[in-house]
Amino acid sequence: MKLHIILKRIGFALLSLFVIITITFFLMNIIPGDPFMSDRATAETRAQLMAKYGLDQPVYVQYFRYLINLLHGDMGQSYVLQKGRDITTIVVDSFKVSMSLGIRALILAIVIGVPLGCIAGLFQNRAGDSAIRVFSAIGISVPGYVIAAILMLIFAVNLKVLPVSYGKPGGEVMPIIVLAIGPTCYLIRLTRASILEVLGQDFLETERAKGMSENRVIFVHALKNSLIPIITYIGPLTASILTGGFVAESVFNVPGLGRYFVQAVSARDYTLIMGTTIFYAAMIILMNLVCDILYTIVDPRMEVD
Amino acid sequence: MEETNSKTPLLAVEHLKKYFEIRQGFSKKLFVHAVDDVSFSIQKGETLGLVGESGCGKTTLGRTILRLTEPTDGKILYNGTCINDVDMRPYRQKMQIVFQDPYASLDPRLTVSAIIGEALDINGKAGSKQERQEKILHLMKLVGLSENFYNRYPHEFSGGQRQRIGIARALAVDPEFLVCDEPVSALDVSIQAQVINMLEELQKSRHLTYLFIAHDLSVVRHISDRVAVLYLGHLVELAPCDALYRNPIHPYTDMLLSAVPIPDPDESEKRKRKILQGEIPSPINPPSGCPFRTRCPYADDECAASFPELTDRGGGHFAACHKR
Repeated sequence: MKLHIILKRIGFALLSLFVIITITFFLMNIIPGDPFMSDRATAETRAQLMAKYGLDQPVYVQYFRYLINLLHGDMGQSYVLQKGRDITTIVVDSFKVSMSLGIRALILAIVIGVPLGCIAGLFQNRAGDSAIRVFSAIGISVPGYVIAAILMLIFAVNLKVLPVSYGKPGGEVMPIIVLAIGPTCYLIRLTRASILEVLGQDFLETERAKGMSENRVIFVHALKNSLIPIITYIGPLTASILTGGFVAESVFNVPGLGRYFVQAVSARDYTLIMGTTIFYAAMIILMNLVCDILYTIVDPRMEVD
Repeated sequence: MEETNSKTPLLAVEHLKKYFEIRQGFSKKLFVHAVDDVSFSIQKGETLGLVGESGCGKTTLGRTILRLTEPTDGKILYNGTCINDVDMRPYRQKMQIVFQDPYASLDPRLTVSAIIGEALDINGKAGSKQERQEKILHLMKLVGLSENFYNRYPHEFSGGQRQRIGIARALAVDPEFLVCDEPVSALDVSIQAQVINMLEELQKSRHLTYLFIAHDLSVVRHISDRVAVLYLGHLVELAPCDALYRNPIHPYTDMLLSAVPIPDPDESEKRKRKILQGEIPSPINPPSGCPFRTRCPYADDECAASFPELTDRGGGHFAACHKR
C-alpha cells in the first residue's frame, strides 16, 4: 500500500475517533445520575465534589475542557472506581491483563477454528463435517455467561480442578475458554463456507488440468484463496478479544479492561467510561487498518483507493 | 461406431458414460445422465466440433475425456492406449483444455507469469530461471500478449486477454490435443473472431488436434473438420462439416441449423424456420427410447419403444434416428 494512502486512512481513523469521543461524551451525560449519587454524602459535599471536578459546568464546557486535556495526553482521573488514579494507568494496567488472556484465546480460536473449518469444508456432508457444524452452532448460539456458568459448575464445583475466579493458579483457563469459544465457532463456520465457495471455482480445475496433484490444488490454491475473507474477521476479532470480553471478565472477576468498561458505566465513572471507550475504539480502528493493508497483500484484486 | 480408417486415432472414446449421483430426500439416489454411451474418435490434426444445447453434456464430455471428472463407464483411448486407470500426470502434457469462462478459470492471486510458469514447473519443463522466463515470454508473444503484462494479475485484463492467458497456459506444456470448451462464448463477437483465428493459426503451426465444444453453430462450422451433435448426453449425429450443414439427417440437427441466422435478409425471409418446441427433458429421468422423441415432429411408437443406434449413412455420416 502506498504511503499517502496509509496517511489518508490514518486521517480518517482520527476523524472517526473524534466522532466516537463526541457521541460518547454527550450520551454519557444524558444517562441519569452522576458519579457521586451513591455516596452517602450530604447534598453539600456532593455539590463540592461536583464543583471540584468541574461537573457543575454546562456539558459543552466540560466537553471542550475534556478535549483540550485529551490533546495534552491527560485523560483525567477516576472519580469512583479507583478514586484519584490516572485513567491512563488504569487502562494500561487492565489492558495488560486483558491482553495476556486475549492473546491466548485468539491463538486458541485460530488454531482450532481454522483447521476444523477446513476439515468440515473439505469433507462436506460427511460425519465429521456434521459433528463440527453441530458443535459450532452450539458454540455460537449459547451465550458466554451460560458457558461460563456451566464450566464453573463442572470444573470448579464438581471436579474441583480449577478455581472459580481469576487470580489463583489455573484461574486463567476458564476465562480463556469462554473468550475463545465464540470466535472459534464463528471461525469454523466462516472457514467452512469460504472453502466451499473456493472449491466450486473453475480455476482449481485449471490447476488440475495443468497436472497439479490434488493435494497441492487443495492445500496451496484452495486454502490460500479461502483465507482471504477470514482475515477480515480476524482484524476486529483481535481488537475485541485483546481488550477483553465483558462477560468473561465480569463473571470470573478478571481485573481487565472489559470489566472496567462495564463497571465504569454502572458507576457513572465518566473519565473511565471515556478512557475505556477511546482505547477500545482506537484498537478496532487500528486493527481494521492493519487488516486492510494485509488484504491488499493477499488479494491482488483489492484496489486501494 | 466402426472407424474405416486404419490409422490409430489420436483420441477415441468408446461407450463413454458419466452419471452424477444426486440425493433426493434422505435415501433415494438419483443419477444425472450427463454423458450417455458416447463413442467417437479424432484423428491427429483434425478438429472435431461438438455442439448441443446448454445442459446437454458437452462440457462434461470434454472434462471426462481429460479425466478432470472420472468416467462412470466406457473407455478413453489416447493414441490407442486406454487412459482410464493410468496416472494422468504424463498425459497432462499431451492433453490440455481451454476453459469456457476466462473470468473464473484463472487463480486471482497469481500473476500471468505464475499462471503460465506453474504449468511449466509442474511438468518439469521450466529449466533454468532464465529459460523459464524466456519460455513464458515466448508463450505470451505466441498468443498476442505484450511482455509488459508479465507481472500483471488476471483482474487487470479484458475477457479476450484473459482467454489468451488461458490458451498460453494450456500451450505451455506443448500439448498435442486440446479440448476447447466454448473458448469464445464468454467473449464479445469482435474478440471471438480474433481468438478463433488465433486458435486456427496455432493449430497449423503447432500441429494441434482440437475437440472444439460450442453452441454457436457458425463458429463450429468455421473451425471444424467434422461435427458431432450431442443431445441429452447422447451423440445423435456425427458427420464431416459440409455434409452435416448441407444435409442434416437427425431432426434435432435440422432444427439447430434452422436456428442459425442468415446474414442476407431476403434469404432469411425465404427460409422456413423449424422451431424447437419445449424444454430439454431432465437428464435425471431421460425419455424411453429415443431421447429426442418428446420434441420431435416425426416421433411415433417406435421411437418411444426402442433406442435408435448411431448408424452409418454413407460417407462417414452417422445419425441416430429411426425415422430419417
